[in-house]
Amino acid sequence: MSIILQVLNLVKRFGDLTAVNDVSFNIHAGSCVGLLGPNGAGKTTTIELMEGIKTPTAGSISYNGEPLGQQFRNEAGIMFQNTALQEFVTVQEMLVQFSRFYPKTANIEQLVEDYSLEEFLHQDTRKLSGGQKQRLLLAIALINQPKILFLDEPTTGLDPQSRRNLWEQVRRVKDNGATILLTTHYMEEAYELCDEIAIMDHGKIIAHDEPDVLLAQHFNDVVVQLREQDIPPAIGEAEFSATYRNDSAHIVTNDVNKTIEQLLALNIPLEHLRIRARDLEDLFLELTGKELRA
Amino acid sequence: MMWKRIYALFVARNTEFFRDRSALAWSILMPVLIIIVFAYAFTDENPEKFKVAYLVAEEQVAEATNQSFEQFTATRYIQFIPVQEIDKNLRKIERHQVDLLIDASSGRYWINQTSPNGYIVEQLLIAAYAHSNANLNASSNQKLIKAVVEGDEVRYLDWVMPGVIAMNMMWGALFGIGFVIVRYRKMGVLKRLRATPVTPLEFLTAQIMSRLWLLIAVNVMIFACMNYFLDFRMYGSYLNLFIVFTLGCICLICCGLLVAARISNEEVANGMLNLFSWPMMFLSGVWFSLEGAHPLMQKFALILPLTHVTEAAREIMIDGAGLAQVSDHLLVLALTSIVLLLIGAKIFRWE
Repeated sequence: MSIILQVLNLVKRFGDLTAVNDVSFNIHAGSCVGLLGPNGAGKTTTIELMEGIKTPTAGSISYNGEPLGQQFRNEAGIMFQNTALQEFVTVQEMLVQFSRFYPKTANIEQLVEDYSLEEFLHQDTRKLSGGQKQRLLLAIALINQPKILFLDEPTTGLDPQSRRNLWEQVRRVKDNGATILLTTHYMEEAYELCDEIAIMDHGKIIAHDEPDVLLAQHFNDVVVQLREQDIPPAIGEAEFSATYRNDSAHIVTNDVNKTIEQLLALNIPLEHLRIRARDLEDLFLELTGKELRA
Repeated sequence: MMWKRIYALFVARNTEFFRDRSALAWSILMPVLIIIVFAYAFTDENPEKFKVAYLVAEEQVAEATNQSFEQFTATRYIQFIPVQEIDKNLRKIERHQVDLLIDASSGRYWINQTSPNGYIVEQLLIAAYAHSNANLNASSNQKLIKAVVEGDEVRYLDWVMPGVIAMNMMWGALFGIGFVIVRYRKMGVLKRLRATPVTPLEFLTAQIMSRLWLLIAVNVMIFACMNYFLDFRMYGSYLNLFIVFTLGCICLICCGLLVAARISNEEVANGMLNLFSWPMMFLSGVWFSLEGAHPLMQKFALILPLTHVTEAAREIMIDGAGLAQVSDHLLVLALTSIVLLLIGAKIFRWE
């Protein structure tokens, strides 16, 4: 696959703060790349630099081998993390307005149908629900039939139904051949949608590859999971170095049989025992740490 | 519970305001600036309410020529302006820029019959001469000869109306455009537009056009209605007046665009827009003439777009001037518009 977007030694400073610190990577045409990281890792700044919304302090970004310019503007679709739309304008008027900004545009009727906008087509944009607004914003981002689509936390704040609906729509865009760069806090979302993921922390890319390759690179063990009440922290932490989250004890082991024997020896009930492979969330926490970020 | 929430919001808003140093600075600085400017421009130890021009020969410079006139010059609250030309100053009387013109050596004086100030000053003049003559021999009495400005009288209404219409345009242009852009920026509407091929110049031009037609439409209606009810003077061409007002509108909108080019805070925008609008309101000769004001103040007025709109409109409406006669004003407005628009587009910030 050809490289559609190349990021080279990208740096962005805000006063003394270096938000993006020497970031380099390539995005291949037709792929879906997920940019993950804790709050303040530099994801949004990186994606906004790539969108041409912010100007880098140093480094370069090229689109199809050329610096970001008019061609990029015409061919890029962008959905920001927080977008306000003009007030007192209906959904249809908004779509028409944005369609007039571009030389080549999608069929508005088709977009309305594809993204289920019919029911609120004549509604003021201020009166849309979170899910409706995200669908409209995605439709606006696709109004120019983009070759590259930037989605900055597109499903934040949506209910599970709306989130899965948006995933379907993103898959459709990908199936139509567009390249997608996505930032998200949801590991499941990244795993479901992305061909590659890049994990950022402190302004740097600390891991970048296909999700399964990254998991294989970092883990050769599994997680034995029990209810917290079945294995109290005092025992779990002393005997198994277990960690606790969401009312569950997580025991990481590369010898499941031995771990189960130990649990039985301690008379710990196994009715709620689950054994699972390590997932992206484990990888994320492993790489970025467990401490709370601002 | 409701009051508790209101109180919490009140405290939060105050905290935000006081921590926003630029907004705070503007809120304090702006009234101070206004007070300083107006204190300097229009007040001193002896505030003068009326303006009397008196003729002097070139070598004489500001010397009173007879006892009665000397008595008159002792009247408080009248500013006496020495002048050397009759014709030029008769025109100023006609346009309410001067209340009375007197040639003390002959006792001849000129007033505008429709000027309330002219009437009061005339009464003071007659009283001063009568009082002075009472103490003189009959042979030494100084006579007064009244003359009314020739030609059509210009009512104060005729004189003030072009400025009022221009000022109305100014408010609509400055605040109508400035606040909208600042709000768009604050909400993130501009950020979304930046992700499209739209350029700052395109965006600003669209804003100018959108505001322009609205202002023109509103002002045409205001002009028509006011003319119907007040029947003010309109000697020039409506097309010429339309051109002046259109160019004036563009120039004033460009002022608003310049203010809104980078600001993302309504309080700062409000301060900046007031900084533009208040001096224009009082120093552009809309309500009263700057005749007799400090020369620096008069020069300052010439850099204000509203001065040129008002003067050009007055020349067209009162004197029937053509475009060639107001070309200097049009040129200033056109150049100012271009410069402001280019600077605005250059420094424009989407976020």
